[in-house]
Amino acid sequence: MATHSENQYFVPHGSIYPSILSAGLLSMAAGFVFSVATDRGGDSLAYLEGPGKWMMYFGLAVVLFMMFKWLGTVVTESVTGKYKNWEDKSFRWGMIVFIASEVAFFAAFFGALFYMRVLSVPDLAGFDPNFTPYKDFLGTWPSQGPGGVVLGETFEPNPAFKPMHWMGLPLINTVLLLTSGATITWAHWGLIKNNRKQLIIGMALTVALGIAFLICQGLEYHHAYTEMGLTLGSGAYGATFFMLTGFHGFHVTIGTLMLIVILLRCMKGHFTPEHHFGFEGVAWYWHFVDVVWLGLFIFVYML
Amino acid sequence: MSTTTVAHHEEHSDHPTGIMRWLTTTNHKDIGTMYLTFSLVMFLVGGAMVLGIRAELFQPGLQLMNPDFYNQLIGVHALIMIFAALMPAATGFANWMIPLQIGAPDMALPRLNNWGFWLLPPSAILLTLPFTLALFGIGDGAIATGWTFYPPLSVQGGIGVDFAIFAVHLLGVSSVMGSINIIVTLFNMRAPGMTLMKMPMFAWGWLITAFLLVATIPVLAGAVTMLLTDRHFGTHFFDAAGGGDPIMFQHLFWFFGHPEVYILLLPVWGFIPQILQTFSRKPMYGYKAQVYSLWAIGALAVVVWAHHFFTAGMPVPALLYFMYSTMAISLPLAVLFFCWIKTMWKGSMSFETPMLFAVGWIILFGIGGLTGLVLADVAADAQYHNSYFVVAHFHYTLFAGGIMGIMAGVYYWLPKMTGHMYNEKLGKLHFWLTAISFNVTFIPQFFVGLAGMPRRIPDYALQFAEFNMISTIGAFILGFSQLLFVYNIIMCAKGGQKATDKVWEGAEGLEWTLSSPPPYHSFNEQPVIK
Ligand code: HEM
Ligand SMILES: [Cu+2]
Repeated sequence: MATHSENQYFVPHGSIYPSILSAGLLSMAAGFVFSVATDRGGDSLAYLEGPGKWMMYFGLAVVLFMMFKWLGTVVTESVTGKYKNWEDKSFRWGMIVFIASEVAFFAAFFGALFYMRVLSVPDLAGFDPNFTPYKDFLGTWPSQGPGGVVLGETFEPNPAFKPMHWMGLPLINTVLLLTSGATITWAHWGLIKNNRKQLIIGMALTVALGIAFLICQGLEYHHAYTEMGLTLGSGAYGATFFMLTGFHGFHVTIGTLMLIVILLRCMKGHFTPEHHFGFEGVAWYWHFVDVVWLGLFIFVYML
Repeated sequence: MSTTTVAHHEEHSDHPTGIMRWLTTTNHKDIGTMYLTFSLVMFLVGGAMVLGIRAELFQPGLQLMNPDFYNQLIGVHALIMIFAALMPAATGFANWMIPLQIGAPDMALPRLNNWGFWLLPPSAILLTLPFTLALFGIGDGAIATGWTFYPPLSVQGGIGVDFAIFAVHLLGVSSVMGSINIIVTLFNMRAPGMTLMKMPMFAWGWLITAFLLVATIPVLAGAVTMLLTDRHFGTHFFDAAGGGDPIMFQHLFWFFGHPEVYILLLPVWGFIPQILQTFSRKPMYGYKAQVYSLWAIGALAVVVWAHHFFTAGMPVPALLYFMYSTMAISLPLAVLFFCWIKTMWKGSMSFETPMLFAVGWIILFGIGGLTGLVLADVAADAQYHNSYFVVAHFHYTLFAGGIMGIMAGVYYWLPKMTGHMYNEKLGKLHFWLTAISFNVTFIPQFFVGLAGMPRRIPDYALQFAEFNMISTIGAFILGFSQLLFVYNIIMCAKGGQKATDKVWEGAEGLEWTLSSPPPYHSFNEQPVIK
């Protein structure tokens, strides 16, 4: 609870950024829907595709610009000493709850993976052979499903399909991320000891490891699509593989961008040994991304 | 106690006026007002849609609309009422009252708070835009799957489904941001001396609501994302040909959906006891028991989801587990009912409008809970599932338990928020019209449901004609009675008899120590609770 000596909580000025940001999101969402309208709306909507894309990109630009301005304001407020311990505590709680909500988001996709692997795929193979269209389906994992006609579209499993093995790139990626967890902690120690050199080297290493991870993941995806017949459309395995690793990779991308910002702020000397929530919040996020990867490595790649 | 040394606020009192005030505000009262106003507007929009539905059902046969449009109205009505009317109303109260009740200068993260609100209008646009687009020949209208998005229908559907998916995404972000803010505020902004177990019950209700939101809304976001990729990017999450399963969607959806019904009600369970205690002029009965019950319900809420699709096929042990765990929720719920009644017991009660709504609420919500128990019975549910019995059940919980609870809160706090008393006579009239026409609307739906009338179908067998006619008449009275409510609120905001600081003789709590209306910035100096 707040200590009473600093009972003047900082309530910021009104800000236009959140509402414009929301308008940008609206434009992005509606633009996306228009850009893919032919998928389920028929060819007569093809003329919407071009304008839809522009709407989407425009919205994205607005969103990015507003986030830049908004976070910029936060940084300014931070370096001008607006945030004391009381505000700091709010940010900490806020970040913890936010990460909890991210955990729940990934839980949905892990849940889908377990459900398909343990329930729906074996079930499809387990019907009475006299009454099933999936007679020859074995129901083993990894699976692309039995194939068949659904919603008027025929789906045929790709005979060239291979699942991703955990050795090789995924293992390298595990090492990269785990190491980056160590380097960011080392950087944090540097920050606490007021050792700027250690801080900046640690952060730079972390950023480099994050980028290396993303490059490896890019190679992995390329390999999957071009040589292994493993795509988003490869049935249960492909869907869970790409959605889980894809959302994780997206989080690594965001995390790396945040790390870069923090690195720049470290170089500018924004953080003090006592007061550096910005650093810690990003570090927490990075650890979270790390832990999710371990889950992926075990459940998607290894088992 | 309401020392207003505004100098510490960066925004001083020179905040912008006009539209810019509302677009940019970081003030919890302004944001609360926006949430409540938005909620009221969307309540009327969603209500207008359902009057279309009831008009179609006035007689058997198809009179006014084609079945597809009928289903669009059903789906958008539900999404609007749940996400754009009920949830924002509860969040609006949270914004207005939580800082006042716990002696905080504002919400903990004011800019985030503003964003939480401003995500709502875009979502409402996304939900309703497809209707307008269809008028211009673009697409075939809004989402027609009901609010539950079940595949394969939702994979086949037109662009209305995509719009609804993104609406749900934005609403979800809004809810998570709101929840973060409320959790942080409750943990970090309480006045010195206010321990958790001294928090007002409304704060407790919202704390658990916020936890539920953080745990379940992202799962819904994940589920509709899978729908989106199934629709456009060739995944097979809900498609047996690829090893997926449409029933998996039901699991994911109801993992969110069941907790959602408590998300809608827990804030109400928070302030109803406060209203009961005010108008019974005696302390709340069983504060601790209520807090523990709220926790128990919050915990059970996330482990009972499959009772919504017993008939979809499940192993018998799973049926039994979900049946018994669902029924177990009625135990803590019964504790709450007991505490509510005991709070009134031998009190010196008076029946101003908020109290009328609160007492009526207990009875009608009680019916909702009891009929839920019937549905939780696996054997019985095979008959009742997807029938009008379910529709009646959840309207007793969501209209009576949710909306009428919110109305009790509106009448209770309106004088505090506006500084004026509302028109008591009109308020009472509104209550009686609402309570009676609500029952006229929904009791017949229990009967037709028991007799086998299915939901989400615009036509029905002749034997259901009389009951449907009665139900439609009730619905129109119910709908138009709400205009009294709107009128009363507008008149109260404009003027009327000055409200005192305490407003109600028996009112207890920090919000009643401030002036009515409270100053723009309250509790810059936190009060100390003993
Ligand atoms: C002890 C309390 C309750 C029990 C045992 C219970 C049980 C059930 C069951 C078993 C169903 C599924 C019926 C079917 O589709 O066949 C159901 C539906 C529903 N219940 Fe409840 N319920 C309870 C309280 C509530 C509350 C408090 C709310 C809302 C605030 C609520 C809202 C709903 C809704 C919205 C549906 C229908 C969802 C849909 O299919 O669209 N229920 N309830
Ligand atoms: Cu339920």
